[in-house]
Amino acid sequence: MATQSSRSAARFMLAPAVILLLGWMLVPLSMTLYFSFKRFLPLRGGDQGWVGFENYVRFVTSSAFWPSVLTTLIIVGGVLIITIGLGIWLAMLLDQPMWGQGIVRILVIAPFFVMPTVSALVWKNMFMDPVNGLFAHIWKFFGAAPVEWLSQASLPSLIIIVSWQWLPFATLILLTAIQSLDSSQLEASEMDGAPFHARFIYIILPHLGRAITIVLLIQTIFLLGIFAEIFVTTGGAFGTRTLTYLIYQRVLESQNVGLGSAGGIYAVILANIIAIFLMRIVGKNLDA
Amino acid sequence: MARAVTNNRKILNTVAAWTIGILIFFPILWTFLTSFKTEATAIADPPVVLFFDWTLQNYTDVMERSNYGLFLWNSIFIAGGSTLLGLIIAIPAAWSMAFVPSRRTKDILLWMLSTKMLPAVGVLYPIYLIFIKLGLLDTKFGLTIVLMLINLPIIVWMLYTYFREIPGEILEASRMDGASLKDELLYVLTPMAVPGIASTLLLNFILAWNEAFWTLNLTAAKAAPLTAFIASYSSPEGLFYAKLSAASTMAIAPILIMGWFSQKQLVRGLTFGAVK
Repeated sequence: MATQSSRSAARFMLAPAVILLLGWMLVPLSMTLYFSFKRFLPLRGGDQGWVGFENYVRFVTSSAFWPSVLTTLIIVGGVLIITIGLGIWLAMLLDQPMWGQGIVRILVIAPFFVMPTVSALVWKNMFMDPVNGLFAHIWKFFGAAPVEWLSQASLPSLIIIVSWQWLPFATLILLTAIQSLDSSQLEASEMDGAPFHARFIYIILPHLGRAITIVLLIQTIFLLGIFAEIFVTTGGAFGTRTLTYLIYQRVLESQNVGLGSAGGIYAVILANIIAIFLMRIVGKNLDA
Repeated sequence: MARAVTNNRKILNTVAAWTIGILIFFPILWTFLTSFKTEATAIADPPVVLFFDWTLQNYTDVMERSNYGLFLWNSIFIAGGSTLLGLIIAIPAAWSMAFVPSRRTKDILLWMLSTKMLPAVGVLYPIYLIFIKLGLLDTKFGLTIVLMLINLPIIVWMLYTYFREIPGEILEASRMDGASLKDELLYVLTPMAVPGIASTLLLNFILAWNEAFWTLNLTAAKAAPLTAFIASYSSPEGLFYAKLSAASTMAIAPILIMGWFSQKQLVRGLTFGAVK
């Protein structure tokens, strides 16, 4: 049904979106690439010429680099394990017949709509504060010494906060996937006497496979970039400096743009590696 | 779920699910309750849950002292503006890809998605520099453009998956019945597209409202939306719990309500149609 004229009209309709996104991608990215090969300190002498790959080498050999990679891995890994693990369990629970299912669903997904600065500050002050936080009250009630969450247990604290934000996302997507499972299959296996764990491993998990992969990839991309949660809780102190936060500090706090840009390019490459896997899955779905 | 379940089992499920649900919701509930306490009650040990003198003082304090209205207006302007602008650009694009697909449509869609994966921190300085040069730093307009661009891929994708569900046969049928192009657009396609456009609008408004990288880094006093306003509360211990709670409640309440209406679209929008 597409004629020549409708084709060119279609191209015309598509053009603004493509041009804008192309500009949004190419202009800043090529600037970052440009800076990454320069010694560039805006507050201390500005542009001091080309330095080849020096920034790239310095970024990975600085003493802050490997700890930041480790921090990133712990936070991303921890949040993924908690949200996907609990998410599967919660999705299966919410799929069961019960009273007030709709309301429980609403309660469970609520944290996703809370802006990151609010959730970080609420957790930091009202729950994890060692003097006035609710956790401190509970600890004292049981005769234990209150924990200074964000300094003594900074990484677990951040993982708790971020998991709370992302558990709804994982649960909601996994629940959607579980609901598409043909229940007659489960019924048949139940009648044949298959125990719960067998049903879980051989029927439910394989059915959820694709949804789990999608949750994993999308969350990884967003989690690699978490910023506000660290910005308002620890400001990168107490071992919570992730790769993203390290780059942010290099660029805006210490104003070493060359070095930060090299870090930025590393981050872009890392994100792209993960993105390729995600795009494969999404792309396959387009054909279907 | 047509499986027969004993009542006992159902009671057990209900109790377990409600317990978990309330536990997950508790931080929000606690913030809400605290917003009606005095600062002294807010940090009382043991904590007071319901039986305190409820007061609206915190809300009036926050409104009066901090120019809350300005931040609220900035949030509405930036989230609303970026969403509307995004829709204006995305609707024709998604439309053309859904109804006049070409060999490259799939590649274009995937490429658009890939721009969404670009880590913000990787382009922070260039954007910062461009903003300074163009005088866009700390302006609502600048932030609106940036948020429109980062959400444009999601908007295009969501619209595309909705538009693709509109059967092409309907168009042919209406054409056979002698409908003109104008009639076709106005009476056939638009009514079918409106629900999809509405849910896209809703979800992207929420995403833009909660965005907390660019809003924190590209604004100061003038154009700061609520995300940045709340971040300014990361202040000394214990003194401002009730006011922080009141400010937080006001910042999240409208979005929470919108979010509950958009829960179905959320899955489609955030998985780029891969899970429906």
